[in-house]
Amino acid sequence: MTADGGPELVQLLTPEGERVHHPEYDVDLSDEQLRGLYRDLVLVRRVDSEATALQRQGELGLWAQCIGQEAAQVGSGRALLPGDYAFPTYREHGVAWARGVQPEQLLGLFRGVTNGGWDPHEHNMALYTIVIGDQTLHAVGYAMGVQRDGTDDAVICYFGDGASSQGDVNEAFVFSAVYNAPVVFFCQNNQWAISEPLERQTRIPLYRRADGFGFPGVRVDGNDVLAVLAVTSAALTAAREGQGPTLIEAFTYRMGAHTTSDDPTRYRVAAELEAWKLKDPIERLKVYLARNGWADRDWFASVEDEAEAMAVHLRDACRAMPDPAPTSMFDHVYREPHPLIDTERAEFTAYHASFAGGGH
Amino acid sequence: MAATTMAKALNAGLRRALENDPKVLLMGEDIGKLGGVFRVTDGLQKDFGEDRVIDSPLAESGIVGTAVGLAMRGYRPVVEIQFDGFVFPAFDQIVAQVAKHNARSSGNTPMPITIRIPYGGGIGAVEHHSESPEAYFAHTAGLRVISPSNAVDAFVMVQQAIACDDPVVFFEPKRRYWDKADVDLSLDAAAAPSPFQARVVRPGTAVTVACYGPMVRTCLEAATAAAAEGTEIEVIDLRSISPLDVTTVADSVRRTGRLVVVHEAPVFLGLGAELAARITEQCFYSLEAPVIRVGGYHSPYPPSRLEEDYLPDLDRVLDAVDRSLAF
Repeated sequence: MTADGGPELVQLLTPEGERVHHPEYDVDLSDEQLRGLYRDLVLVRRVDSEATALQRQGELGLWAQCIGQEAAQVGSGRALLPGDYAFPTYREHGVAWARGVQPEQLLGLFRGVTNGGWDPHEHNMALYTIVIGDQTLHAVGYAMGVQRDGTDDAVICYFGDGASSQGDVNEAFVFSAVYNAPVVFFCQNNQWAISEPLERQTRIPLYRRADGFGFPGVRVDGNDVLAVLAVTSAALTAAREGQGPTLIEAFTYRMGAHTTSDDPTRYRVAAELEAWKLKDPIERLKVYLARNGWADRDWFASVEDEAEAMAVHLRDACRAMPDPAPTSMFDHVYREPHPLIDTERAEFTAYHASFAGGGH
Repeated sequence: MAATTMAKALNAGLRRALENDPKVLLMGEDIGKLGGVFRVTDGLQKDFGEDRVIDSPLAESGIVGTAVGLAMRGYRPVVEIQFDGFVFPAFDQIVAQVAKHNARSSGNTPMPITIRIPYGGGIGAVEHHSESPEAYFAHTAGLRVISPSNAVDAFVMVQQAIACDDPVVFFEPKRRYWDKADVDLSLDAAAAPSPFQARVVRPGTAVTVACYGPMVRTCLEAATAAAAEGTEIEVIDLRSISPLDVTTVADSVRRTGRLVVVHEAPVFLGLGAELAARITEQCFYSLEAPVIRVGGYHSPYPPSRLEEDYLPDLDRVLDAVDRSLAF
């Protein structure tokens, strides 16, 4: 397997910021739309770096960084229509951004104040799913519901190169194929499943797995927001039009650690990261915008200012996030009355009330 | 009213649920044209179409995982796991997703999913076709676990499980599929007693026997035999394993002073252990004897030629009753 993604890689913007063309895929964006994508990428990276800092300061228990994968997430997220539905892993901060989830809503899970964080149906984005690959089946089931409703909504589901080995992901491929479900499988191949390189998951390029399941697979430059947008839009359109699933392999790189608890220096060499830095998703779009005169120094500075202001807001919002009420652990376990929950909540409350002052 | 087998009563209950709610879907292996390996879904695909009675690929995790997505889209899936021993590939989706979605989302993504599982032994089957895995599911918060013991309850309880807004693991005692009872198909399931409450199915004074699913018939037969010798056993059909109706059992034990719990599942860490602990806590001063448990042994379910030695039968129930009375 080639480190550069090989000749099949769909690319519309080279790492040097040169606009190139592809026989099958294209986008036609105004300069305002291009600036919008750039702003998305910068703000998402700033959310990510601020959350990482908040973990280092002890405000978060953990953070799963998305640095390096912003174009894959923003490009695919911006390809969705409002009625579409996204099923993420736990690293899709750029997708959440595109779906209108507020950045501070991503932090609750990692701060330990909730296991969720937002209303999935308000944003048409499922909650972060931590068990690897489980959400791919949920996406297919949701898409089966779309088919029965007779609407033209499409579904996208995210997973990684490691998850491609999971049984559930392969079952999701089977179910989507036999039912021709309107779902796009978006695999961010960031080359590493914690410490295990891609070679521990597969001996063929991941996008070619689709062949065996009977639907199209395509490998896109995951650091090229234009190519990701083009390829994802085409796959979503195919799903809407009744052509069933597509597997997109976004060839990218996890520039950070797996999570803030990980130490990548134990398993990968620094030169690899340096090589990928040259393919940075943000730099190439910046060069493209500047070279064409669509954005000037002041505009780039204004985006940086906006990112800094957002980081301040995020920091404040995180620190202001209250711990949940202890008895809330009994809420929503069941929707209908359940005597054991009632008994345990009452015992818990009585136990704490037994201390002087009615609490600890 | 006509004498109806439990399998046919379940079929009628599923049919009623499909008629009453267009969001109800059935999904499972071989449930369409074949009507399921036990014919519980016989004829339903023909009448409700392939979009509502769905033959699935042969993948249990896929069945339950896609049910989660269907529920998120507003459907009310009823999935069939073909046999008890085949549920384990779906275990992750059931305990990590189905059970937790409502809590994780603060109530925004309910999981009104029914997971039907034929369970238990006594039919001379090969390995993995005779197990009683209900304790695994009862141990997981967010799930409800119920089991009918007869055709009338089967007809009503399957509809109640489907109507429930919480996920329900619905264990069907497969060796009782062919037992007949008079089932009133005009019964309104919504007006029937809650499926999460136990029922005293035979009153008695000497000892309380609590059981559920396939063991209810066994225990009733034991009670008849004991009565002939002058011992009046009170038999309680628990019906629900989670939540567990401890109140009904405790009320009985306060009168009889003795409790025997019977299930096919292994005794160790089974429902009997939980019931024994709770009854000891609540009825300590009423107990004349320790709670005695009768169930499967701590061995893999044996080859079918040995299953009669493994399964609790009338004699083992009566032996436990005698031991309780001997204290």
